[in-house]
Amino acid sequence: MSQRQVLQGVISLLRPLLLDVVPTIQQTAALALGRLAYFNDDLAEAVVKEDILPQLVCSLSEQNRFYKKAAAFVLRAVGKHSPQLAQAIVECGALEALVICLEDFDPGVKEGAAWALGYIARHNSELSQAVVDAGAVPLLVLCIQEPEIALKRIAASTLSDISKHSPELAQTVVDAGAIAYLAQMILNPDAKLKCQVLSALSQIAKHSVDLAELVVEAEIFPVVLTCMKDSDEYVKKNGATLIREIAKHSPELSQFIVNAGGVAAVIDCIGSCKGTVRLPGIMMLGYVAAHSENLSMAVIVSKGIPPLCTCLLEEHEDHIKAAAAWALGQIGRHTPEHARAVAETNVLGTLLSMYMDIRSSEDLQLKAKRALKNILQKCTYLPALEPLLHDAPPNIMKHIVGQFSKVLPHDSKARRLFVTSGGLKKVQEIKAEPGSLLQEYINTINNCYPEEVVRYYSPGYSEMLLERVENYQPVL
Amino acid sequence: MAALVRLETRLSRLREEYFLKNRSVDEDRKIVYKAAVKIQSWFRGCRVRAYLRYLNKMAISIQKWWRGYQSRRYFRKMIKTAYFIMKMNFYNEMAVRIQKRWRGYYVRKYTHNYYALKKYLEAISLNNEIVRNELQEYAEMNEKKKKKKDLEKKEKEKKYKARKMHYLLSTEQIAGIYNSPFRKFPDPMELLLRQSKPLSHRQQQPKSPFTYDLYDWPTCKRPPAFPTGEPLPPIGRQKPQGPFRDAAEVLRQRYKPLEPTLRVAASISSPLEKAREEMKREEWRKCIHDNEFLPFSSYHKNEKYELSIHASEKIGKETYGIKHFREVQPNKWIAGKNSCIS
Repeated sequence: MSQRQVLQGVISLLRPLLLDVVPTIQQTAALALGRLAYFNDDLAEAVVKEDILPQLVCSLSEQNRFYKKAAAFVLRAVGKHSPQLAQAIVECGALEALVICLEDFDPGVKEGAAWALGYIARHNSELSQAVVDAGAVPLLVLCIQEPEIALKRIAASTLSDISKHSPELAQTVVDAGAIAYLAQMILNPDAKLKCQVLSALSQIAKHSVDLAELVVEAEIFPVVLTCMKDSDEYVKKNGATLIREIAKHSPELSQFIVNAGGVAAVIDCIGSCKGTVRLPGIMMLGYVAAHSENLSMAVIVSKGIPPLCTCLLEEHEDHIKAAAAWALGQIGRHTPEHARAVAETNVLGTLLSMYMDIRSSEDLQLKAKRALKNILQKCTYLPALEPLLHDAPPNIMKHIVGQFSKVLPHDSKARRLFVTSGGLKKVQEIKAEPGSLLQEYINTINNCYPEEVVRYYSPGYSEMLLERVENYQPVL
Repeated sequence: MAALVRLETRLSRLREEYFLKNRSVDEDRKIVYKAAVKIQSWFRGCRVRAYLRYLNKMAISIQKWWRGYQSRRYFRKMIKTAYFIMKMNFYNEMAVRIQKRWRGYYVRKYTHNYYALKKYLEAISLNNEIVRNELQEYAEMNEKKKKKKDLEKKEKEKKYKARKMHYLLSTEQIAGIYNSPFRKFPDPMELLLRQSKPLSHRQQQPKSPFTYDLYDWPTCKRPPAFPTGEPLPPIGRQKPQGPFRDAAEVLRQRYKPLEPTLRVAASISSPLEKAREEMKREEWRKCIHDNEFLPFSSYHKNEKYELSIHASEKIGKETYGIKHFREVQPNKWIAGKNSCIS
């Protein structure tokens, strides 16, 4: 017998047990169904097809709390697999019954109901809207205030799942007064609760400037910064996500975060973690630096560049490296001061190698190229540009040579250094089409030097001299 | 007369002469006429030309004068405008200088204030230092707490283990495993064993799903555990010969704790009734007298009013202690009365 048939058989065996007289049997049957459906989505579909759900929903309102817990578990197990199954649950009217369960006295029942609602609302915004329309949000906010930690956790996670889809849903959650309670719970020592609370706040804040400002007004700073020092990795990640979602909307919010010392906390967090946990922190630095040059300078002053460079070098995942490259580009692109600060850490070479590496993903190559271009267009720090002359491809080369052509005419020491370090030689070796921008830059550079020097360094000079020797008629 | 003859002779010639003269004059007349016309015309022409010339000269003079006047006017205007433009340029130039200075000053002081930016960045780094220090302290505090918790947990475990393994304590005769005679001093575990109280083998009642409803509120985690000890059979007892059941089993069955159903376990009276009972008991306890309170004065009509002690005494200072020092009751005196013993 195939597994599917076996499963069908199981369902048809369990189904009459749900109607048994003895309550313990009913509960155990419901628990069994829930456990089966949790791990196997075929079974979950079978549960839906066999019309077990309406029965469960009816008995949800009548039976005692153990049955309610088991029935909520079944609904959760079915709803977690796919949006279609969740839709089926909504259609059989489970939402109202679950919302009634949310008002029950027993915290276990509330937890089960909230969990089921959370799994349903997770899939897409229509299902979330259905959950909200059933009136779940005020009851969830009440659940958050209960003393049991597990219930708080689940209620926070459900609010997070509801508000993540669209700004209107987030606004509904905010209107129920959730933000104040969520903000208070950041101080709770339980790590998983903090995770969920931070995730809920970040899902609310990510949609628009007003929502982010509301979250900030709940006085989460500087308490949130203590989360960045928590021992649990996911608390740090979610805390960084929250700060990132707030910082990305407007320069004023970024300014506020910088003034509260958020940048230092995030930089320490990046330095102490490894892997994907770093990603939101890196993106936050990028967003802050992108808004204005003062903020970018604040990031530089808070020693933000060295952790980003180490990220670029150490990490294995391409998307983290791409984020680090993007953040560096945002920091360095404003003025020559910023570009100098970035270039002094010798990270331009790394960016170039990443751009040239065939094994890097497209995204990484693109971000590295853009970052490199942005920084190079403002960089006047010649010692950092020199090493790049040797390996750069033509499209980057023109920016490098362009920068040299801007700086060299005005600085005699730099000219001397350029010659002695072999840069002039390299520039002569570049072949450019006449009339192109690159050729103009090369001409500008050549015009900074006397004729003989340029000829001395042009390729093939020694052969030319030898030829002259050959053709010379000695004067007797 | 001679003149007359001469004249007559000349007369005949005269007529010819006259005729010839007239003829010649006639012949010359055209020429002369033409010449006269020519002369006249030329002269008229001259006159007219002179007149025209004169007119021309006058016209020229007028025009010259008029044009000069207009140009001078125009020139004056041009000078005025040029002067005006020059003035305006000068003013513009000066205004530009002022604006240049002002804008530079304003931007440098308010918009892109370099020193304020520097101060701000310094303040940021200072603030960052402070924040970093505080976070470091917080992290250290957390670490310490965690360590402390771990340590305490370990201690608790150790103590529990020692209590469980109390039988491993060494006695006078038999040295325990932690108190080997070859050791210089006993193992710390031995010391722990000496200190700990033996753990009695009490098992917690397994929590049944139907717990008592009184204790079923969310804040109370566990129902009161009714410790039902499982008594051990006495040590060293020989197993009785015969088809007897295992002693431990029998004892377990004999002393099986009551497992009441929900209906039995729950009290008969609902919480409401229990609360009422409670209230009644309180009332009973606090009750001072049984006289019911009668509100209206008509209920007290038949009662005689009893004077209070204070009001039934005579007014004035107490004479005892001042006027007399003994209590005297004259009606009890025997002497001085007329007939007392009769």
